[in-house]
Amino acid sequence: MADSLFPGKPFPGNMTVPTKTPNTPVASVDPNQPSTTAGASTLAVHAGEARRKALDAVTDAIVCSSTYTFDDTQSVIDFIEQKQPREEYGRYGNPNERVVEAKLAALEGAEEALVYSSGMAAIVGLLMSKLSAGDEIVFFDQCYHRSREFCFKHLARFGVVTHQVKTGDFAAMERAITPRTRMLVSESPTNPHLTCIDLEQFVALGKAHEVETLIDATLATPLNLKPIEYGVDYVLHSATKYLGGHNDLLAGVISGSKEKLESVRHLRGIMGGINSPHNLYLLQRGLKTFQLRMQRHNENGQAIAEFLNDHPRIERVYYPGLASHPSHEIAKRTMRGGYGGLVTFLVKDADWRETANIIDRVKIPRIGPSLGGVESLIEQPMVMSYFNHAPADRERFGITDNMIRMSCGIEDTDDLVEDLRQALEA
Amino acid sequence: MKFRTRAIHVGNPPDPQTGAVVPPIHPATTYVQPGAGEWGTFDYSRSGNPTRAAVETTLASLEGGCGALAFASGMAATHCATMLLNSGDHIIAGMDIYGGTYRLLHKICNRSGVDVTLVNLQEPERLTQAIRPNTRMVWLESIGNPRITVPDLPAIVAIAKQHNLLVGVDNTFATPVLMRPLELGVDIVMHSATKYFGGHSDCLAGVLATASPELHKQLYFIQNATGAVLSPFDAFLLGRGLKTLDLRMRAQCESAMRLAEFLQQHAAVEEVLYPGLTTHPDHELAKQLFGGLYGAMITFGLRGSFEDAKQVVKSTKLFHLAVSLGAAESLIEHPATMSHASYDAAARKAAGINDNLIRLSVGLEDIDDLIADLDAALTKH
Repeated sequence: MADSLFPGKPFPGNMTVPTKTPNTPVASVDPNQPSTTAGASTLAVHAGEARRKALDAVTDAIVCSSTYTFDDTQSVIDFIEQKQPREEYGRYGNPNERVVEAKLAALEGAEEALVYSSGMAAIVGLLMSKLSAGDEIVFFDQCYHRSREFCFKHLARFGVVTHQVKTGDFAAMERAITPRTRMLVSESPTNPHLTCIDLEQFVALGKAHEVETLIDATLATPLNLKPIEYGVDYVLHSATKYLGGHNDLLAGVISGSKEKLESVRHLRGIMGGINSPHNLYLLQRGLKTFQLRMQRHNENGQAIAEFLNDHPRIERVYYPGLASHPSHEIAKRTMRGGYGGLVTFLVKDADWRETANIIDRVKIPRIGPSLGGVESLIEQPMVMSYFNHAPADRERFGITDNMIRMSCGIEDTDDLVEDLRQALEA
Repeated sequence: MKFRTRAIHVGNPPDPQTGAVVPPIHPATTYVQPGAGEWGTFDYSRSGNPTRAAVETTLASLEGGCGALAFASGMAATHCATMLLNSGDHIIAGMDIYGGTYRLLHKICNRSGVDVTLVNLQEPERLTQAIRPNTRMVWLESIGNPRITVPDLPAIVAIAKQHNLLVGVDNTFATPVLMRPLELGVDIVMHSATKYFGGHSDCLAGVLATASPELHKQLYFIQNATGAVLSPFDAFLLGRGLKTLDLRMRAQCESAMRLAEFLQQHAAVEEVLYPGLTTHPDHELAKQLFGGLYGAMITFGLRGSFEDAKQVVKSTKLFHLAVSLGAAESLIEHPATMSHASYDAAARKAAGINDNLIRLSVGLEDIDDLIADLDAALTKH
């Protein structure tokens, strides 16, 4: 092929250009894939990637093409009759997405993963494909406020009923289940209280009532928690956080079985919340250091939590790695790599202004929403996410004026501890 | 701030216009100026670019320089340093330098009348012997390639200073995580940032850093005049890579140590060249200079022929057969026919680049997986 395109010119490389992109989407059948028992860092570097890539490159090419051409009419017909797996149009997927999806599925221990343009696009895509008018969902109340808003304000417009029960109260969750309930939803750990859910109980409840289960494990990541192993049907991540890891891309991912995700993938192709090839490449690149980064986030999270726990200005620290956290026992059982990089704490006898002063004195973590990047971030949930909420609302969601949430990055631990110390002791 | 914190934050202040925690990529080639004859901070992207400037600031901090310059490749950086020399000048280079540097010195610099002598700098007194009245520069690698030698940099700097020679050190294999040559009195530190700095096998880049503002000015003048600057997109990828440099390098060194120990007791292996091993002739020196780490490059001699070595490098499943190094992916190669093919046969022989040598760049994979992969390839042979 190269010869006919460039007569007389040898192709710059030692192999001929493949005429068909090797884009077989199922990673597990590729004999060149690392085995599923390979270490997490090996999977992070190699899983999902073809051993031999186009032009023999070590890294994957960024395939920006919005559409893909066919050799002749018969190949179009073959494709339609599904004789030949291949790309068609960018909204239905692209080669960069396939690699990242296979890598994420391998890390999660799931059959399949579906990547979206953001975490919210992922949960919306899942719920829209699984719920119909008249259906109901039940979720634990400590959750990302935009997920709650989507359910109560928007799913409601399509006739879906949302029930919210106290986090970890399985009896209340069971009471909320009706014959129309289709899904049980929770985060683990939750944000910002870092409550961990007993996944065995959660899954058992779902199975008993034949209701599917969804866990948002963004704060845990697959290094620390693999909900699929407990029988959870769907795992959600805002891949913008630890999976991308560099505060420089937005992405979401849903993992689960191939069978259950088929309709979700189909709807994604219609709704169009797909990620871009450039972004997907950055996500793939970020995943190469996922295991390393996450270990450091875990170490920094634990160290910061312990430092704060011992500090006289601190009233309370929410971190599942602390024995004082109500979820510590569950966390110890379910979270194997560590407890993540997010630490929430309350400043003793401080009003919102005094709390804000501490944040304003911090030098290394930047003030901003989001979490999970190499750069530490810090925020006051009452200001950042609940400023326009009524005090009663804040109280209901456990957002106090003296609460600070810190996303520990991968900076030197001593630098972060010293920085917090000076901010607290100034 | 400690090294790892600086790698993340220095050069990356939040964007003043948007507050973006990751500064934007600035692809603009030219910048609007305040008036005729009045110059803003940036004018034309070859002379300066905000994205490149950001990563240069980070790099200067990591190497302890007063400034750093980012180039389109490591060779562009080395070439810039050699352009400090004039026709008639003489340069002394280490015996086991990168093949591309060898080629630059012997086949490009010679055209401008710069003369080169290769010296075994493992014996620093040989440097004294090789110095001529017209010698201007000593060029060496802080970890030699492919025999993974460690030169006595403080001793070499001392000799060079006595004779007013500039010392340039290619610190690619060591990275500032192991050592910062400028702190030892080296004048110019160079990196192929394509390797550990970028760290993901996906950007070509080169770096020069110096502690002398005067020297920085001269190098900047050459860079601007000759134009081999780093692109804004690659500067972004390089800066992104630097944020995990410390983590990656430490993990890779740790794995390399275990892999070297594994190779040392393997029946198919004749010798292992890794400074972390007590059997390595430069072990004590490496221990002093590198703060307890020994790099992530291992060369070993196979108990076997040229054909056997070719077979081994072909049969690994995780290690990719490829030149280059410093990536997340482990790589394996055959120096005699690959990384050092630019050497003349005689020079190759003199530098001890035998046909049975195999070089490994240890990546980020799980160490048990790497050992199993290499064991399978060696056992098959």
